[in-house]
Amino acid sequence: MAAHSAVLSMSKIINPFWGGRLGNTVKVFGTTLTSHRNKTLLTPPPAKYGGRHTVTLIPGDGIGPELLNHVREVFRFSCVPVDFEVVNVNSALETDDDMNNAITAIRRNGIALKGNIETKHTMAPSVKSRNNLLRTSLDLYANVMHCQSLPGVQTRHKNIDIMIIRENTEGEYSSLEHESVSGVVESLKIITRNNSLRIADYAFKLAREKGRRRVTAVHKANIMKLGDGLFLQCCREVASGYPDITFDSMIVDNTTMQLVSKPHQFDVMVMPNLYGNVVSNVCAGLVGGPGLVPGANYGNAYAVFETATRNTGKSIAGKNIANPTAMLLASCMMLDHLKLYDHATMIRHAVLKTMNETRLHTADIGGQGTTSEVVQTIMRIIQSGGQLTTEL
Amino acid sequence: MTARSVRSLPGVLKSVFSNRLSRVYGAAACNQRHKSTYTPPPARYGGRHTVTLIPGDGIGPELAHHVRELFRFCCVPVDFEVVNVDSSMASEDDINNAIMAIRRNGVALKGNIETNHNLPPSYKSRNSLLRTTLDLYANVMHCQSLPGVRTRHKNIDIMIIRENTEGEYSSLEHENVPGVVECLKIITKTKSLRIADYAFRAARATGRRRVTAVHKANIMKLADGLFLECCKEVASGYPEISFDSMIVDNTTMQLVSRPQQFDVMVMPNLYGNVVSNVCAGLVGGPGLVPGANYGEDYAVFETGTRNTGKSIANHNTANPTAMLLASCLLLDHVKLHAYASMIRRAILSTITETRLHTADLGGQGSTSEVVQSIMNAVQSTGPQTLSI
Repeated sequence: MAAHSAVLSMSKIINPFWGGRLGNTVKVFGTTLTSHRNKTLLTPPPAKYGGRHTVTLIPGDGIGPELLNHVREVFRFSCVPVDFEVVNVNSALETDDDMNNAITAIRRNGIALKGNIETKHTMAPSVKSRNNLLRTSLDLYANVMHCQSLPGVQTRHKNIDIMIIRENTEGEYSSLEHESVSGVVESLKIITRNNSLRIADYAFKLAREKGRRRVTAVHKANIMKLGDGLFLQCCREVASGYPDITFDSMIVDNTTMQLVSKPHQFDVMVMPNLYGNVVSNVCAGLVGGPGLVPGANYGNAYAVFETATRNTGKSIAGKNIANPTAMLLASCMMLDHLKLYDHATMIRHAVLKTMNETRLHTADIGGQGTTSEVVQTIMRIIQSGGQLTTEL
Repeated sequence: MTARSVRSLPGVLKSVFSNRLSRVYGAAACNQRHKSTYTPPPARYGGRHTVTLIPGDGIGPELAHHVRELFRFCCVPVDFEVVNVDSSMASEDDINNAIMAIRRNGVALKGNIETNHNLPPSYKSRNSLLRTTLDLYANVMHCQSLPGVRTRHKNIDIMIIRENTEGEYSSLEHENVPGVVECLKIITKTKSLRIADYAFRAARATGRRRVTAVHKANIMKLADGLFLECCKEVASGYPEISFDSMIVDNTTMQLVSRPQQFDVMVMPNLYGNVVSNVCAGLVGGPGLVPGANYGEDYAVFETGTRNTGKSIANHNTANPTAMLLASCLLLDHVKLHAYASMIRRAILSTITETRLHTADLGGQGSTSEVVQSIMNAVQSTGPQTLSI
């Protein structure tokens, strides 16, 4: 508005005299002024001071706190230049204050690592799912899950390598429900053109980046003609801009059936929210279970990393039997996002090597190892790799 | 109105004539108003049943043909009234004819009718239309590991009961703002209670111990919350059956790792679609599992996973097992149990022969070979058959 244009004109006056010197000041002015209007275009500056990154940590419920403790242990041991800002969210409270604090912290830091926050069915329906709230407030529109068969884990299917990209903010998870007539509940599933184009574009860009050849859209457009029809149409539009990648579509029921019989036919899959939930859980089950697969939620400005199948694991909390692999691999994805590739590779390599030892497998993959044993072994492998570490 | 005046007639008639006439008048008069309480008389004349047959698209016609062949061969006292439904036409006359035929006969065997995505959204899915018009509220699919079919999981025995008429399949969509589509998912208390009751009754009738409700109530609190509540209410009336619930994503993950933990599962429409396809995949594929749609008055039998099979139509490679087992379910429904067991036994003995497995099971057999072998098996067991 007036102030903005005044500043811009100022830059034109000042620049001829000072060249680029004062350019930074104008840029700072410019960004603060536009910050309220173009929030989506403003990328927060990286929370990196003195070479150390600050990352928000949300322990969550169930096995979240213990697994995240292990992550911090491994990071401290490997001298990873990351500091965690811990924000606790109490899922038993009805107010959203805790969650809003967490969201503010993530806006500040740009990155987060989180455990799953429990959503009790017994509380009032006005208490919305906290995880969902986080995803929609930060507009983390893409949930990416890379399911790969890990070498040391015995599964019924071998050599699976599927990348699942799931729309994360709309679809069936809009939490818009009402009971107009008593005994009749209407639940709204929202599909928008913008979000569908956005997620399809994300999927194709990612496929191109990773050198993948094929993207499959999963839908139920024979029944939900307008809703999933729109999603499919958007995917086709985007596909036409990527001629090097083949695009096809498959109905969700056929997809799940194919997944359990011939999962190797799939490469990259893109889909709306609910189908993404089901398909990603099926794939997680195929590669060995919820303890092995990391997941990432990406938005334009923020990224949050967690386990892919978002389990709270209440029944195994505090028993030292949870599988730390998923959370550690998620932390490696986070390090990749922060461009700390060396640390990421080092930890990932150690985790995968530990997976090969059947003796150390935790209960979910059929072994008897404990979480702490697994983490100790990982740290030992990191130490033997010759990198700088604190003492064991 | 006229209905009311006619209704008083039976009162008069009853005293004058025998009961039968008044029942006919009464039934005709109440027809319009109490449709749900009126049970059509069985279409059974001279000991032979009449069953509506809807061939459908893709592999439907050839499989329906094989069913008729087999029935004729085994001298099953069933006559088929064939009603063709052309899925490319925009008018709903065809499917309305089919529905009327099913109302008349009470039982039907159908192939899947294709729903072309390219037609305008006003063209509703014909299969869905059939299910909702006839109020076939329960879709039952019994997934069992068949001996002779090699699968990664063994000893699976899961009964899936899926609500068939509401939920995500209400076909209620609108675009208020261009680029924003809203789809309505409807969950009602009456239908949820009804399907839960069906599930528990079926569990009790088959001697099952455990019913699991599959839902996503942590996200869809009102809708799936209502469904879950209804299931819990009904469960309290069946103390000998244990009831638990599981979120759909965890369910699908458990299904691919440990499917043996499940016994009977009840769920709304969309989850039912996904879960039944996962289970079908676990026991060997879409060619093996039959499905049944039950309503208060009508029953329609089809393959469990409702595939059109366009790509394998007329190649003589389709697996006839699902359709033939569906026809056995039909025979059980019309109480021709002897014929049903005979044909079922023949099918199961054919399935154990790996040489005869069709392409979907990894073999190279053709449909006609399989059907011939089934007919041979039936003939060798001794009952009256035509010549091959």
